[in-house]
Amino acid sequence: MMDFFKNWLKRETSSATAKERLRLVLLSDHLSLAPDVVENLRRDLIAVISRYVEVDEAHCDVSFEQQDSAVAMLANIPILKMKTPPPGGGAPRTQASPPAAPPTGMDGAAPAMTVAEPAVTVPALIHAVETAAEAPVGAGLPAPKKRRRRRRPANPNPAGGAQPGFASPAVG
Amino acid sequence: MLQHDVSGAPADSVVMPGARGLAIVVTSGKGGVGKTTTTANVGAALALRGARVALVDADVGLRNLDIVMGLESRVRHHVLDVLEERVTLDDALVRDKRLENLSLLAAAQTRDKDDVDTKKMIALVEQLRDRFDYVLIDCPAGIETGFRNAIAGAQEAIVVCTPEMSAVRDADRVVGLLGSMRARLIINRLRPSLVRRGKMLSVDDVDAILRLPLLGVIADEPGVIVTTNRGEPIALDQTNRTGATYRAIAARLSGDESVPVEIPQEPTMLGRLGALFGGRA
Repeated sequence: MMDFFKNWLKRETSSATAKERLRLVLLSDHLSLAPDVVENLRRDLIAVISRYVEVDEAHCDVSFEQQDSAVAMLANIPILKMKTPPPGGGAPRTQASPPAAPPTGMDGAAPAMTVAEPAVTVPALIHAVETAAEAPVGAGLPAPKKRRRRRRPANPNPAGGAQPGFASPAVG
Repeated sequence: MLQHDVSGAPADSVVMPGARGLAIVVTSGKGGVGKTTTTANVGAALALRGARVALVDADVGLRNLDIVMGLESRVRHHVLDVLEERVTLDDALVRDKRLENLSLLAAAQTRDKDDVDTKKMIALVEQLRDRFDYVLIDCPAGIETGFRNAIAGAQEAIVVCTPEMSAVRDADRVVGLLGSMRARLIINRLRPSLVRRGKMLSVDDVDAILRLPLLGVIADEPGVIVTTNRGEPIALDQTNRTGATYRAIAARLSGDESVPVEIPQEPTMLGRLGALFGGRA
């Protein structure tokens, strides 16, 4: 019985479902991207960033948004802590981009993202939200707690969330 | 792009879009969202304001604008008769029975969309622009030949969209195909009670996706159906809310941007009661 009410309260309205489905279908219409390409992109993006910083993978959010005539990629990737460079002093597995200066690093990744028609530009607006600089040793532990706290403010969002990428930048 | 300077003209005067008329195509991509009804009502509302208006049914093979306007018995010739020079434009134009400054050019019913010569269609719209302040072109559904011919002569577009996923997606596609043409949006058949209960996309939802300037929002109400049955555009009904909405759209089209866009609300307690027993979506 309680489960029924819980489900009823949690249930998304059909208009919210329609909105989200439309957003995704128009995104792939515009980019001529298959939905699984978006998922692969998300995975690769997180993998690359993880080389430099420890990210909260469960709360990474990569989405696309129509901005006038262009499509923008919005990535909200909470950083748990910076990775300390290995004692050798060298940057972690650098191939093309320098380890510091994330913006240029992202530009470097951009050409790979414009798989679509040449008319569509995909400016990568990467918003790395740095959570409190915690002690490096115990950093892994408080994560589950935070997860629960973040879920809640995110829930009422579908109703009026115009900016999917910026739902919960995890304060505290 | 042509500039139609109408600023500075008082709202209730006859607003001329310029030295020559403005050709506006009414389009949607998806069928059945209300292009023809919109064309008829926006045209009638513009004519009510005193403008000279020509309605062109570009849906060759599926003529319907004449029925919605209640002029089906007066149609003698059609757009292809003019394009193929069998009759003159004057012979083919049907004058509205209520407003003498409103005319209709019907589509051919027994012909095919491929029969229309695009260049001649553009020339016809140009000719109409010399004689009318507004030329409203009722575009067929789809994005093929008929669509291309209908938009060819137009300077602006009205995109009609219902709050449904398929309509929004098609409208989005059409906006892409319109390219740099100025396009504005009419959201048709909104059901406020469904929106309130989260069962229908809202005006904001559609707006956020299509990102077109909003001309107006038409509620899904019986009045439109009833007046269409009678062949009388609801825009001419001075007592009806939806008619007022069409007249507000006409004002906005004539350059009076001060007229606010009203979002239909559930009007009465009765409506709320109906919503209570309305079942689920």
